[in-house]
Amino acid sequence: MSLQPTTLEELQSIVKDNQGLLPIGGGTKPALSTAFNGATRLDMSRLSGIIEYEPGEYTFTAYAGTPVRTIVAALAEHGQYLPFDPPLIEQGATLGGVIAANTAGSGRYRYGGVRDFIIGVRFVDGQGQLVRGGGKVVKNAAGFDLPKFMVGSAGRFGAFVDVSFKVFPEPRAYVTLKAVFASLGPALEAIYSLFTAPNEMDVLDLESLDDGRFGLLMRLGGLSTALPGRVERLQAFLNTKTEVLSNEVIQAEADAALWQQVNGFSWVPDGSHFAKVPISPKRIPLLENVLLSLNPSRRYTAGGNVAWLAVSDIEQLDMLLNKLNLPGLVLFGPPGRPFIGPRPGVSLARRVKQALDPSGKFLEI
Amino acid sequence: MDHQPFFAALQRIYPKERLLTKGVQLLAYESDALTSFQTKPSAVVIPESQDEVIETVRLCHQFGVPYVARGSGTSLSGGSLPIENGIVIALNRLNRIKKLDPEQRIAVVEPGVVNLQISQAADRYNLYYAPDPSSQSVCTIGGNVAFNSGGAHCLKYGMTSNHILGLKVVLADGEVVEFGSESLEGVGVGPDLIGLFVGSEGLFGVALEITVRLLPKPELYRTVLAAYNDLETAGNAVAMVVASGLLPGAMEIMDRLSIKAAESAVDAGYPENAAALLIVELEGESEQVETEFEEIMDVIKESGSYEIRVAKDAEQRLRIWKGRKGAFSSVGRLSPDYVVQDGVVPRSHLGKALAEIDRLSQEYGLDVANVFHAGDGNLHPLILFNGREEGALEHAEELAGKILKMCVELGGSITGEHGVGMEKRNYMPAMFSEVDLETMKTIRRQVDPKEISNPGKMFPGGEAPALKMTGMHPLEAKGIISRE
Repeated sequence: MSLQPTTLEELQSIVKDNQGLLPIGGGTKPALSTAFNGATRLDMSRLSGIIEYEPGEYTFTAYAGTPVRTIVAALAEHGQYLPFDPPLIEQGATLGGVIAANTAGSGRYRYGGVRDFIIGVRFVDGQGQLVRGGGKVVKNAAGFDLPKFMVGSAGRFGAFVDVSFKVFPEPRAYVTLKAVFASLGPALEAIYSLFTAPNEMDVLDLESLDDGRFGLLMRLGGLSTALPGRVERLQAFLNTKTEVLSNEVIQAEADAALWQQVNGFSWVPDGSHFAKVPISPKRIPLLENVLLSLNPSRRYTAGGNVAWLAVSDIEQLDMLLNKLNLPGLVLFGPPGRPFIGPRPGVSLARRVKQALDPSGKFLEI
Repeated sequence: MDHQPFFAALQRIYPKERLLTKGVQLLAYESDALTSFQTKPSAVVIPESQDEVIETVRLCHQFGVPYVARGSGTSLSGGSLPIENGIVIALNRLNRIKKLDPEQRIAVVEPGVVNLQISQAADRYNLYYAPDPSSQSVCTIGGNVAFNSGGAHCLKYGMTSNHILGLKVVLADGEVVEFGSESLEGVGVGPDLIGLFVGSEGLFGVALEITVRLLPKPELYRTVLAAYNDLETAGNAVAMVVASGLLPGAMEIMDRLSIKAAESAVDAGYPENAAALLIVELEGESEQVETEFEEIMDVIKESGSYEIRVAKDAEQRLRIWKGRKGAFSSVGRLSPDYVVQDGVVPRSHLGKALAEIDRLSQEYGLDVANVFHAGDGNLHPLILFNGREEGALEHAEELAGKILKMCVELGGSITGEHGVGMEKRNYMPAMFSEVDLETMKTIRRQVDPKEISNPGKMFPGGEAPALKMTGMHPLEAKGIISRE
């Protein structure tokens, strides 16, 4: 069954009259957005559109069903952007879906992820009530920070109506430096050195290449006149402080195309199961070791702090993650079990569930 | 309530020098930096280990005894005010930095660690902990977590919550929960429990261990001081900088009264006779900052400033900031007492908000000094009064309340960084509906069914001790802490 509210009031009465609801935005992350086991699709796509956008404020409020590309286009007209590179934009990801799944692309490295930019939320809870948390200003310490809590909540606590974000001025130009290392070890060492270096990067991605080699992709954003000097300086740093084999500068359209591909997950092989795994860089060797047998397509974003793994079988990955004590979130794969690996803090999440959705109108957390 | 069995149980955990029950011993814990509220607790316990905290919280739950966990007591909203017939859990001895990993840019600390100590420990790796509340030399990270503290440099990298990656907490009913990780992604999978816990004002329980992210120290600062003949022009200059698309690390404004106070106290060397000062600071990689600096100078030259100064070295920069950060304690030289608010307005309404504050100041016949984080619209009106005059505090509080309501009406918030605490709880309904507040309370009761963890804070209603106010907090008078 699928229900599609067009107004807040419709949404409220749907919640009151139904059980087993799964709010869905653009459906770009099927493991999270496919209804299963008799669950009811709550299609939020009609609650869409920008409600308020004051470029001078660097904030906007929009219905949660708004496609992110609509937002990105409106912001771009004023030289502004969501710095965390929300993925799957071209495919139709919505604001609500990005929040519910907590997906951020490579740009989350510099200024943070979804949680660091959301400032307000209004949602319909399991009793059909409209609840607001946060506000519309960039700084706000009043009340529990429900907007942040909702990041990653996977539609288990209510259905978002509208959300407010802060945004930043977009760097006027970008350049990407791609550096190649003989193996994982020296690539990680390079990350550690870069972590305490003065060089500022918007993106620091680690990717596995052929023959056991690893690449580091460093994207620099800023004023175009300063960029050549900064790139040279970064090259000098890599040459003197790391065991880099070679490097390559990627600019202009090639730079834009590269990051569009990365953040659109177009590198993920068709038909594979795909998961996000928060990790700390020092645990990457351990993960790499156990992943050998699965040989997944993979990428590490945010300076080796988030692993994106494309595998043929999510069950096996679940087992491995449990062994390594790493939680994971499935984006592409069979419906019904988006959370794999351990679930730290789930007992606290269940208490909040009890408060917001005591009769279980939305799916179990 | 018969506290005897409860105290007997406490005595089994704590030797007598760490279980304070005598009047004189308790005096120091009667209030925090919001000195107008004072309550004597039944006892203060001083745990030295996480296990002692956990046992204490479990006892409080078992016997239904309310508690407040406290660090250095620098809360400006009365957040760490004791509860009558309750205990204070003083966390200052849980002050170990358990791990500092420069390669992953993280530190794992206990709640009693002082904010600035993290940066000091990280300094040799060229790293620092970014959130910088003005009391950072004494306030503890546990308090920062409870109140999601801010500071002057939150514009670019956010408040406390944006820098917390992992937490181990004891919930109010004694359950110990860990969430988040050493990953920059923090919780990353499932609802953001860190987001929920940080800023919850102690209503869910006590943080025992906190994983924070560290940042590389900016290679270069460029600090510009611009003087204006009126406050509105300075406010417009902020809008111009924001519109330029540059992202400064900090943007602050001081008005005539606060400039006067700062000058009289710390000799910051500010331009004379300025009606308003704007401080803009760029920070980051040197090439980028130098290029941004050229652009920002063009903007400021166009903004109607009659005198522009640029800090030539670290010493001059510190002097500019010393005046700014000392402005609050220096106000004590102008007036025996003051109250301060930290409401937020949308940045484009700064001018309107300041004009309204000026009007209210005249209506109430009270001087109001303004020092504020202009970059994010976070006001700090200081309302000056003499606490020895009958009804003066109430009169000042009434004016403060009008300012808060104005902030909400302009689309802002009643608090940007001090939290609601005791002080602003009655203004929560101006910002949130009954359903919003009831929902927050329901969440609270799921975590703390007996409502013993820092009760009386954040939510409207409930008993409040009578207001008292004469003179500043002793630490404030010395300029160690300040109300911003």
